[in-house]
Amino acid sequence: MAASPSPAGIGSKRLVVGAHYGVGNFLLQRLTAVALTAFTLFLALRLVLGGQLGYDGWAALFVPLWMKIVTLVALLALFYHAWIGVRDIWMDYVKPTGIRLALQMLTVLWLVFCAVWSVQILWRV
Amino acid sequence: MNSPFAASKPRPEFRNIHVSQILKYKLPPPGMVSIMHRVSGALLFLTLPLVLWLFDLSLTSEISYSRLADFSSHWLVKLVLVGLAWAFLHHLVAGVRYLMLDLHIGVEKAAARTSALGVYAISLPLALLAALKIFGVF
Repeated sequence: MAASPSPAGIGSKRLVVGAHYGVGNFLLQRLTAVALTAFTLFLALRLVLGGQLGYDGWAALFVPLWMKIVTLVALLALFYHAWIGVRDIWMDYVKPTGIRLALQMLTVLWLVFCAVWSVQILWRV
Repeated sequence: MNSPFAASKPRPEFRNIHVSQILKYKLPPPGMVSIMHRVSGALLFLTLPLVLWLFDLSLTSEISYSRLADFSSHWLVKLVLVGLAWAFLHHLVAGVRYLMLDLHIGVEKAAARTSALGVYAISLPLALLAALKIFGVF
């Protein structure tokens, strides 16, 4: 095959592609969605089976270490899922690069803040 | 100009609809599910601080737990919670539908329409149930 014309500075054998982070985010959004669905069903089942819990019963749910970890993993999945979704919203509706970048940065900072807060909430029980 | 196109009518242009046209624009059920998925997702993101704060109150102590009960006894708070429950349920059920579509299940036009209506058939009764629970009917 004859070498096809290539952009300046890039050899003819080289494929010009992105960093694939879009595919990664696409998959992670689905993976976190599955995890969140599973956690929702799990928690809903425990609450339905638990009946009227009150403070003691509700707080007791989150005392075991494994439950703290499972809940934290679910919340981290939620925050990552939210990041991808909100980023898509900014990319669709906010065109000026500066404002978009600022909003994206605020979103990340806010979600990291929420993640740290979640640790504090769960490990206080 | 002698161009053969000179006399023809201008080609129609289909641009993205403007915000002011949204209410007049009728979407098919799958389109409605799609935009509601985005709206509910944005709503859930914006109410994250409220939800985490309520979660914090519910777990910290018996005192904070009763503060939560006091706070959520106001009808306006209950209304917000009903809105949140709807947003969550719609996002969950529509999300499961999207996962199915990703697996190429029900991608044909008729099937996609049926499943879009199915999203409402599941999420709305569940949201109603949540509303009745939040307002203490049962």
